[in-house]
Amino acid sequence: MSSVGTGYDLSASTYSPDGRIFQIEYAGKAVENSGTCIGIRAKDGVVIAHEKLIHSKLLVPGSNRRIQTVDQHIGMVGAGLLADSRHLVTLAREEASSYRDNYKTPIPAKMIAERVASYVSAFTLYSSVRPFGLSTIIGVMDVHGPALYMIEPSGVHYGYFGCAAGKGKQVAKTEIEKLKFAELSARDAVKAAAKIIHMVHDDAKDKEFELEMSWICEESGRKHQPVPADILQEAERLAKAQLNADEMEED
Amino acid sequence: MDTHPGNWGNPRPHGGSSDLDILRPVDGLAPAPSAAHGSSALPVSRTQQPIVTGTSVLGIKYKDGVMLAADTLASYGSLAQIRDMKRLVAFGDHTVIGASGDMSDWQHIQHILNDCIIDEYANGDGHQLHPAHIFEYTSRVMYGRRSQVNPLWNSLVVGGFRDGKHFLGYVDLLGTTYQSSTIATGYGSYIAQPLLRKQVEGREDELTEADAAKILDESMRVLFYRDARSLNKIQRATINPSGVSITEPYSLQTEWSFAEGIKGYGAIYE
Repeated sequence: MSSVGTGYDLSASTYSPDGRIFQIEYAGKAVENSGTCIGIRAKDGVVIAHEKLIHSKLLVPGSNRRIQTVDQHIGMVGAGLLADSRHLVTLAREEASSYRDNYKTPIPAKMIAERVASYVSAFTLYSSVRPFGLSTIIGVMDVHGPALYMIEPSGVHYGYFGCAAGKGKQVAKTEIEKLKFAELSARDAVKAAAKIIHMVHDDAKDKEFELEMSWICEESGRKHQPVPADILQEAERLAKAQLNADEMEED
Repeated sequence: MDTHPGNWGNPRPHGGSSDLDILRPVDGLAPAPSAAHGSSALPVSRTQQPIVTGTSVLGIKYKDGVMLAADTLASYGSLAQIRDMKRLVAFGDHTVIGASGDMSDWQHIQHILNDCIIDEYANGDGHQLHPAHIFEYTSRVMYGRRSQVNPLWNSLVVGGFRDGKHFLGYVDLLGTTYQSSTIATGYGSYIAQPLLRKQVEGREDELTEADAAKILDESMRVLFYRDARSLNKIQRATINPSGVSITEPYSLQTEWSFAEGIKGYGAIYE
């Protein structure tokens, strides 16, 4: 790392001579170590999935969830530092609630993404704080239909049809690009997400993982909720079968 | 806004100076009281009466659940101002609240309860507030407001059914609560309550859904004849093991030809 020892990486409020802010890039490193998170925006809903790495067998199955609910119509997952993610979810909930108080209507996707991103961005401006070690994926169902945003540690945010963050980002992105978003239903997206997360996971190198998945679609009553256990299990079964079949072909 | 990083993540201060200070009332003579003292020099006035009001709400228990009824009128004094007011509203999958009294306060209560339900939903533990929880929460809000001498001017009926248990409770602007197998608010507590008690009490485990609907329709009809702030367009909410259903507004048939025979009131045409 060329930045180390130069002194330009000690503060989020210092540029390097070539115009980079190393603290933000280091925050990006924190994201790269995390289990993969993906978001898929389908025709009639949004699906969020996370490869939750289990770092100890002593943990209760299903604990330490990363996918959280911001408002009834908003789900959020952060790849990176879990504590940062929790803090950001709390902020997002406050913003969603205050928007409801002020305007008597659920906060639109664009607004919640903008507000959370502004907050993240503020932590890249001062020497006394560190940037968030998070890439945050936000799935929303608002009056305009499904929407998906990703916010990076720098505070930049874009709307996506599909996005990925964490360890398996590159592979996941390549796979997501193959999807046909114009035809994809939320149910299809669940299957696709399960397949991608299983594909991305390296059995040999990585620890065990739990597949966390949630959706917001007509079937869930336009509410953010975990994908029902039976649908998820079926999707995982299909994913494993498909991946096995693919491997057989290669051999 | 406080942008100092040292204060990030902390709750925003209350009572201190804020951007909204500019909105505080100031009389032209005395200087505005400093924010530090937190009190205005002007006398404080509070709600003295409801403005746009809804009339009675009825609720009964029956064999398989709980049923509520209310008309769809919001009156401005004696003016029938809003004729499509939704006074029965579901909160979660097992609870309905019916509101009489001030309709703007009712809208505020809906807002507070929705906030509460979203907060609980966000926990993501799969639990939902029970009817009794929503009832208790509502009653604490009502009592809290009356204790600040600034009541929410309503009488509310909370009806629910969950895990095989019926729930039917009453809360009003004083925070007074009770639970019973028949409840009626406002004018209905004089006119409809005796009718409901006669038909429901002791028969809660026998009445079918159709019986309950008939009893409520009949009582609402009597109320429409007697209550000058009522409407024959009503809604009924049913909470049973399969969840909540609230009917679209529908009209009750009424019969007025007997009015021809009444003498001794108003104009006489001979």
